[in-house]
Amino acid sequence: MQYLLMIYGDEAAMGAATPEQGKAMGEAYARFTQDIVKSGHLKGGDKLKPSSTATTIRRGDGKSLTTDGPFAETREQLSGYYIIEAKDLDEALMIAGKMPFSAGAVEVRPIDSLARQY
Amino acid sequence: MGPLLDKAAIEAVYRHEAGRVLATLIRLVGDFELAEEGAQDAFEAALLRWPASGLPDNPRAWLVNTGRHKAIDRIRRRVTLRGKLKILAAESSIAGPEADLEEIEDDRLRLIFTCCHPALALETRVALTLRTVCGLSTAAVASIFLVSEETMAQRLVRAKSKIREAGIPYEVPGRELLAERLAGVLAVVYLAFTEGYAPSAGTATTRPELCTEAIRLCRLLDQLLPDEPEIAGLLALMLLHAARLDGRSDGAGELLLLEEQDRTRWDRAAIAEGKALVERALSAPRRIGPYGVQAAIAVLHAEAPSFAATDWPQIAALYQVLLRLAPTPVVELNAAAARSMVEGPEPALQLVDALTATGALDSYWPLHAARADLLGRMGRKTEAQAAYARALPLVRLEAERRLLERKMRR
Repeated sequence: MQYLLMIYGDEAAMGAATPEQGKAMGEAYARFTQDIVKSGHLKGGDKLKPSSTATTIRRGDGKSLTTDGPFAETREQLSGYYIIEAKDLDEALMIAGKMPFSAGAVEVRPIDSLARQY
Repeated sequence: MGPLLDKAAIEAVYRHEAGRVLATLIRLVGDFELAEEGAQDAFEAALLRWPASGLPDNPRAWLVNTGRHKAIDRIRRRVTLRGKLKILAAESSIAGPEADLEEIEDDRLRLIFTCCHPALALETRVALTLRTVCGLSTAAVASIFLVSEETMAQRLVRAKSKIREAGIPYEVPGRELLAERLAGVLAVVYLAFTEGYAPSAGTATTRPELCTEAIRLCRLLDQLLPDEPEIAGLLALMLLHAARLDGRSDGAGELLLLEEQDRTRWDRAAIAEGKALVERALSAPRRIGPYGVQAAIAVLHAEAPSFAATDWPQIAALYQVLLRLAPTPVVELNAAAARSMVEGPEPALQLVDALTATGALDSYWPLHAARADLLGRMGRKTEAQAAYARALPLVRLEAERRLLERKMRR
């Protein structure tokens, strides 16, 4: 099965990190990514630009409304994602558990492969 | 050909085998609901066939194989793409030899770990385990959670759907995960037991049938994983509490305090079994855990000839061990109460006052009742009454309310 791992963190806290902390975090993620490339679990993924760069289109009542900002204003924002191949939820959770984030959360969500059209 | 069978005899065989049959069918067909339908179909087939054919040599194997064929029939009747994909997967397993029955005990363990997976909400784990592993009806599970049968049925369907869609494995976790996941399984078993021992809502003072189910489930776990001291510890703890269940209330349904209970009403056989399990847990190569320590405390209570002649110093010492293993506010409260029996109420009150100041147990009535008891023993009656008055609005059971009112009148 494929799983989407969504990394949520506090952008304000991440923005307040020193350059050394930022560099250490980047290197830790690079090592994690290399590990899951080697183990064959990685299918895709990237870091995202901050939620201040997000634009949302809302639709309802037959109208579309384009607004500045992410879909939901929350304390923690989506900062990046991985797509992995895993045998089952336990394997996906094991991989997600090795992510080097120090605060925040990772949501693990199965990808509905039967709906894939490419 | 075996003896002639009537419906009641077949139902008895089925009840005995249902848990194992379902657990194995889930592995073979890879889907909870389909397995449940297959198991039900197999039972109906048995009702038709067995009265004429007699009991098969191996009823379990008969039910598993019939259930598997019925499940495949059901898939064939579905015309969706999803169904066709499942036929391919299921037929590849049916084409093999007849169900390998040696794996059946492992299947029950797989089922328990799947139902208690942390990706499901705690209440859902308890409900799904009672329904699927213990074989309680949906109506019975609904009545435990005080919801309608329809609501519970929907909750169970959603849980089974998450197991399928999220890829929750049907496996006993590997060594690196086993300790953590087993703790989760034991938490589910203990929650089921405590809900039977002291229901969190409703009018019943106890629900003994739920205690029985939790003990039965823990016995199964102990049989399947005999080297885990915490399973033995939890089984002992539940047996020792259950042994005193009858003595906890009088004929009129009034709750009795430990010091008021008639100790001849305690179940000595269950106490002896609990004690033997604690001794086993203590001698296990792996170190004893919080359940084992609580069970050891329960042994000392159960063996004491009277409240006054209880080995309080030993109980207080075990609470200090428990505090190191499981430093929770409730354990702190119990440790303080035990200490008061050794050193008197003054030092215990200091601990309880410090605990009260943290606010962690503000809405936990036993905190205020314990404080009231200590104050009363020190002769500070007005403060004791005030503490009882804080406890009263927090109780959920009528019997608990009457117990507190009785203590207030003293």
